[in-house]
Parts: sequence; structure tokens; C-alpha cells
Amino acid sequence: MENLKKTCLHEKHIQLGAKMEEFAGFNMPILYQNIKTEHLAVRNNVGMFDVSHMGEVIVKGKDALKFVEYIFTNTVETLNDGQVMYGMLLYDNGTVVDDLLVYRLNSEYFLLVVNASNVAKDYNWIVEQSANFDVLIQNVSDDYQEIAVQGPEAENTIKMVLDIDLSALEFFYFANYEYNHHHLLISRTGYTGEDGFEIYASEEAISEIWDLLYNNDVVPCGLGARDTLRFEAALPFYGHEISDKISPLEAGLKYFVKLDSDIDFIGKQALKEQEENLARRVVGIELTEKSIPREGYLVYKDNQEIGYITTGYLSISLDKPIAMAMINRPYTKKNTEIMVKVRNKMVPGLTRDKKFLDKKYAK
Amino acid sequence: MSKLVEGLYYSKSHEWVKPLEDDVVLVGITDFAQSELGDVVFVDLPEVGDTVSAEVEFGAVESVKAASDLIAPISGEILEVNDELVGEPELLNKDPYKNWLLKVKLENPDELSELLNIEEYEAFIK
Repeated sequence: MENLKKTCLHEKHIQLGAKMEEFAGFNMPILYQNIKTEHLAVRNNVGMFDVSHMGEVIVKGKDALKFVEYIFTNTVETLNDGQVMYGMLLYDNGTVVDDLLVYRLNSEYFLLVVNASNVAKDYNWIVEQSANFDVLIQNVSDDYQEIAVQGPEAENTIKMVLDIDLSALEFFYFANYEYNHHHLLISRTGYTGEDGFEIYASEEAISEIWDLLYNNDVVPCGLGARDTLRFEAALPFYGHEISDKISPLEAGLKYFVKLDSDIDFIGKQALKEQEENLARRVVGIELTEKSIPREGYLVYKDNQEIGYITTGYLSISLDKPIAMAMINRPYTKKNTEIMVKVRNKMVPGLTRDKKFLDKKYAK
Repeated sequence: MSKLVEGLYYSKSHEWVKPLEDDVVLVGITDFAQSELGDVVFVDLPEVGDTVSAEVEFGAVESVKAASDLIAPISGEILEVNDELVGEPELLNKDPYKNWLLKVKLENPDELSELLNIEEYEAFIK
């Protein structure tokens, strides 16, 4: 544990008695009190997460727009300055390098927010692709600390505690704000399926804001609740629903891929070919008997293996055993009767959509 | 500090065995086990009439995050299953020694001597 990196809030997590574990090379809080309380705080009120481990990469220069279009699955050309877009970086074969948020400051300046576990890989890969572009690429992960404030009360709480009015900030937009002489970049984004914000700032500012929010009853939430929340919102998690062995089409993320545009991007050709004959896809599963479908459990149809669970829980908000699973076609069709092997038992269930939860974004 | 109870037999996989009479025992999980696991949200137990075998998995206790196998500390036939835990799995967090999992008729009472006593188990979890 000694070689693990620490975020600037590490001491505070220890003082709060958090259960700490290694994640992406960082010593991170998994839970403070319990996952259920933290999860429900975000669904019903407001919670906060230390996500300072996330990676930040800047792409700037004359060709920045052209270059981001070339490496990113989603369209940035039509974005407004100050807008955020979700998408992926792909290998030539169409599998996923990483998923990320792209913040457009202007056409010559983009901020890419990537998974902590992939920062070094992403940075090196992005630099390798940039040879023929007039761009400067910087890994600024150590300079950006981040707190996610999530839940229906997030906007009111930030107004009350930090006196920052975010009511005009639209969903998937960001802007610069000032708090106590600190510069903050705040976006209306998140990874929970709720309305909420992500605040990027210096160590000093983030520490100060964390304390203020904590003293105003914002519930600190660990990576445990972060996973149960994003799962219910059917948001993919790198290494689970997407990976360097899985394409966006297989993950059911076609919506975030500009496959029908004229813009060429890395991996496009492979996806075009795969689209003709997709062999498998991530779908929802709901068990019809009480049990818990967990990641890695195998899925069967008529005693034949047809896939595996990518993420599954006894959903906290819905109190139902649900999962996302990578399933071979044609069994991806809704309401297909399947079996999930839970330890030594075959437990019956049905395939379903991934709309486990009504998302309450402020759109 | 984990709570321990005198007069129970303990396994290295953190189950306890409480002898009743006529070679009938109760089986449960220890306080150490429930605290390591965190909030229990589901208990997966076998059925009355099934048999359990020493050192073989017979079910699981599950928290939000993970499933933890239950390993039988002894062999025998299941006489009763604590159905209360199906509706209220959190009872295992509240009192893991009162809320037993199975009542079992021992097949081989000598197996009890293979288990740890309170001092040995206390040293084991230190």
C-alpha cells in the first residue's frame, strides 16, 4: 500500500474512517459508512466523491479540432465552446482504448478527462497518433484535483455553501467560476444518473471546498456507491462493459459514435464492417428468482453458454437483481428466457432493456 | 475487536458451530466474518433435507459489493434453515451468534475436534 498514490483528500478520508483500497494505483475510499446510505444520499439528496484520481490531458494547437475529431468517436466540430461531449478513443480494430469526456474550450484547446487506470496508456497513445498534426499534448493529471457533487440537491447546495449560482449552466456544459480567490472549472456532468456537477481545481481549493460541503451535510461517497450508481444508470465502466476487447457497438454505445458522418476517425472502418454482422451486445438482465448476478457469472440458454455478466447487483434503488451482460446474438432480444450460473445453481431470468432507472438530468 | 462466544467451535473460514443435544448443532458466521463483509444484503442457503460436507461450500452471504462463500465446518443433514434471514439478512450484522444459518444433524461428531476453540480462533484472526 505504501507505493500507492494519494489524492489531496487522502488524510480526510482516513479521518472519516473510510475503508480504503487500491484503485488505479491510488489508495481510494471504497466506502465511509455503508454503500447503501451513500447511494441513497445521491439519489434523494446530495453526495460528493473524491475523483481526483481521474486523468486530464490537454490537446491544444492549430490542428486541435481536426486531431480530436480524428481520435474521438463523437463529433466535436459542432460543439459550442464551453460544451462537453462523451465518447471513446478506439484502436484500429474498433475496440476501446478508453472512454472519456471532451471539454471544448475553443477550437484550438480541448481538455480530455480520462479514466485513472488508463492515463499513461491514453497519453502515450494520443501522442503516437498526433505525428501529422500541429498539436501540443500535455498530461496535466497531477495539476487537476476533482470533486463530483451529485444528486437532486447539488445545485442548491453549491449555491448555499459556495455562493455559486449554477442554475444557468446547462447539462453537459462547463464554465469558469471563482471561489475565495480560487479558480474553479465546473461542468454539469457526472457518473450517477442524477443531476450534478464536477468541480476541477487546485489541491488547496478542493480541500477547502470538500470541508465546506462536508460541514453542510453533503454525504461523502466512496467508489463502492459510485459503481452502484453508474450501474443503475447503465453507464459503462472501462474494463467491464467496454475494454480493449470490446467495441462500442458491442457495448451498445452506437449513439456516441459518428458512424454516419463523413468524418474519418480511428476505428471507423472496423466498426463499419462489424456493424454488418454484430455477434454480441451488452443488454440488461433481470433475474426472476431472488439471487445476485455478479460480474463474471456465465449466462446460459438451453444449457449452452451465451455470454457473461459485465456488472450486476441487487439494485439498491430498485431492490431487484439486475445486471448488464455481454450476450451472443440472437439471444440479445428482449424477454429472452436465460439462466445465470450463480455458484453451482442455475437461476432463471429474462433479458431486458438497460433503462433500469429514470435518469433525472437537468436537461 | 471482534466479539467471540465461549463454548462454540470455530472454523478458519469464519463459521461457528454450537452443539445442542443428540449430535445436533447450529451453524452460523462469526462477528469477524460479518464485520469484514459489511452490510449483508442477501443470504443464499440450502434446503432442509440437503446435506453439507465439511470444508465444502454450502451457500453464500452477500454484501452490496461481493459474495462470500459459506464453507461447512462439519458434515451432516440439514434439519432446519433460518428463514428469517431471507427477509432480514441484516440480522447477521446485528447479532451473528444469535442468528444462526442452519441446524444440522452431525454425521460424524468427531469432526468437532478438528475445529478451533475460542482461544485458537482468537489467535487466528489477530
